[in-house]
Amino acid sequence: MSVRSEPVLPALVPAQRAGRRLGKTALSENKRAERKLGWLLCAPAALVMVLVTAYPIGYSIWLSLQRYDLRFPDQREFIGLENYVTVLTNEFWWTAFGVTMLITVVTVAVELALGMGLALIMHRTLVGRGIVRTAALIPYGIVTVVAAFSWRYAWTPGTGYLANLFSDGAPLTERASSLAIVMLAEIWKTTPFMALLLMAGLALVPEDLLKAASTDGATAWQRFTRVMLPVMKPAILVALLFRTLDAFRVFDNIYVLTAGGNETSSVSMLAYNNLIRGLNLGIGSTMSVLIFLTVAAIAFVFVKLFGTAAPGSDDGERR
Amino acid sequence: MADTTTRAKLRWGLLDVIVVVFALVPVLWIASLSFKTPATLTDGRFWPREWTLDNYRSIFDTDQFVRALVNSVGIALIATLVAVVLGAMAAYAISRLDFPGKKLLVGVALLIAMFPQVSLVSPLFEIERQLGLFDTWPGLILPYITFALPLAIYTLSAFFKQIPWDLEKAAKMDGATQGQAFRRVIAPLAAPGLFTTAILVFIFCWNDFLFAITLTSTERARTVPVALSFFTGESQFEDPTGAICAAAVVITVPIVAFVLFFQRRIVSGLTSGAVKG
Repeated sequence: MSVRSEPVLPALVPAQRAGRRLGKTALSENKRAERKLGWLLCAPAALVMVLVTAYPIGYSIWLSLQRYDLRFPDQREFIGLENYVTVLTNEFWWTAFGVTMLITVVTVAVELALGMGLALIMHRTLVGRGIVRTAALIPYGIVTVVAAFSWRYAWTPGTGYLANLFSDGAPLTERASSLAIVMLAEIWKTTPFMALLLMAGLALVPEDLLKAASTDGATAWQRFTRVMLPVMKPAILVALLFRTLDAFRVFDNIYVLTAGGNETSSVSMLAYNNLIRGLNLGIGSTMSVLIFLTVAAIAFVFVKLFGTAAPGSDDGERR
Repeated sequence: MADTTTRAKLRWGLLDVIVVVFALVPVLWIASLSFKTPATLTDGRFWPREWTLDNYRSIFDTDQFVRALVNSVGIALIATLVAVVLGAMAAYAISRLDFPGKKLLVGVALLIAMFPQVSLVSPLFEIERQLGLFDTWPGLILPYITFALPLAIYTLSAFFKQIPWDLEKAAKMDGATQGQAFRRVIAPLAAPGLFTTAILVFIFCWNDFLFAITLTSTERARTVPVALSFFTGESQFEDPTGAICAAAVVITVPIVAFVLFFQRRIVSGLTSGAVKG
C-alpha cells in the first residue's frame, strides 16, 4: 500500500490561523487546548455511538458462527459458516429478501415522484402554502404503528371504509394486495420527509435562472428537467440514499398489517421472528450480519456512483 | 390576464386540497373509530353515527395502557435529554473548534444514521440479557440515544454554524463576564436550535417499535406502540379495536399538536440535518 501524500490543505489552515494569532508559543498552547476541548466534548457522543453499534455488530458476527438456540443452550458450539449456508439456502430468506427489495424499490420510486410533486406544491403554490406545509408534516409526526392500525382497519371487511373498494374479499389476507397495502402505508408515512428534503434542494434553484429559461421559450417541463433537476441533484441523491436505506428496514407496518403472513415478511420481520419467536440466536445473528452487509453494499454503491454528492462531504450544500 | 391567475389559483387550490385530504384521512379515520360505540364499530362508515368516550375511559382504567404511557414518556424524555446534551457538546466542537478526528466523527454519525437497526436486535438482546438491562428503561434508552445522536449532531451543528459567535466577544468587551455572555447572549440564540432538535429526537424515540418490541417482555418497560400491538380488550370477548384506536389517538394528539405548532422550525431542522428522525 502506498501512502499518498495528503493534499496541502491541512498545512495551510494552521498557517492562516497563525497570522491571526499572536506568537508561536501562544498558538501551539491555544491549539493544544482547542484540540483537547474538542476531543473532550466529542468523546461521550462518540463513545456511546461506537459502544452500542460496533461492539454488538462484532458480537453478532461471533454469534453467527455458533449453533446457539436459547431453547437448547447445551448444544451451543462453534460451527463456522454453517448458519450462513442454512440461511442462504433457505427459501424463506430469499422470499423475504425479494419482498424487502420489492418494497424498497417501489416505495422509493413512488415517493420520489410524489415527493417531488409535493415539494413543488409546497414551494410554489399560490394559495394556502401554510396549510399544505402543515398538513404534509402530519404523517411524519405520527407513530408508524398508529398509522399502520389505521390502514389495517380501513381495509378490514365490515369495519373499514376501503374494504369493498376493489373486491368483496379481505385484501389483507392475500399476498399481492397485502403487499400493496404495506407499500401504501409506507408511502403515506414517508413521502412528506422525502418532500421536505427535496424542497430544501428546490430552494437552491435560482429564480433568475427559471425566468431566463422562461423568456428563452422553455416549456414548464423543460424548465423542470433542464434547470431544476440538475441544481437539485445533490438534494435528490441525499434523499434517495436515506430513504432507500430506511425503506430496507421496513418492519412496523408489516408487523401490524400482516404479521408476515402470506409470504409478506421482510428480512427484518424474519430476523425478528427467528430471534423472539424462535429464540435462535445463531440464525438470528446470521441474518443480522447479512442485512448489515446488504445495507453496507447499497450505501457503497450510492456513494461510489454519486461520489462527492454523498452527504459525507457535509461542508457542501446547506440550506 | 386576471382570468389566468384565477384559474392558476384554482388549480393550486385543488392540489392543496388533495394533499391535505391525503395527509389527514388516515388520522381522521382512526380518531373516528375511537369515538364509535361497539355496536357501530363495524358499520364500515367513515364517521361515527353514535359518539362515545367509553373507549377512552376503558384504556385509562387499565394498567396496561397507563403503565405503557408512563414508560413511553419517561424513556423518550430521558433519551431526548441525554441525546441533546451529548449532541450539543459534540456539535459545538464540530462547528466551533478545530481538532483532528472531526471528519471521522461526522463520518461515524453518518454511518450510524444509515445503520440497519434490525442488525443490532439479536446481539443487543443477548448482551442486555447478560447485563441485566433486558426489559428495563436503560435497556431502551441506550439504543435510542445512539440512533438519536447522529440526528442531534447534524441538526445542532447546522444551527450552531448560524449563530453569530462574535456577539459573545462583543458582550465580554462591554464588560459582561463569561457566564453572563453565555446566559444573556449565546443561550437565547442557541435555544431554538436545541428545542427543535429535542422535538425531532423525541419524535424518533416516541415512534420506535423495533427496539421496544425486541428488548422488552413485560409491562416494566414496554412502550405504547408495543402495548398497542398486544392490546386484547378489557375482557376476553371484547373487540380491542375501539381501545386500540383510542390509545392511538392519545399518543398521536400531543405529537401532532407539537408538529403543527412548531412547523416551521421542524422543517428547517429536518432539512438542515438531512437525517431521518
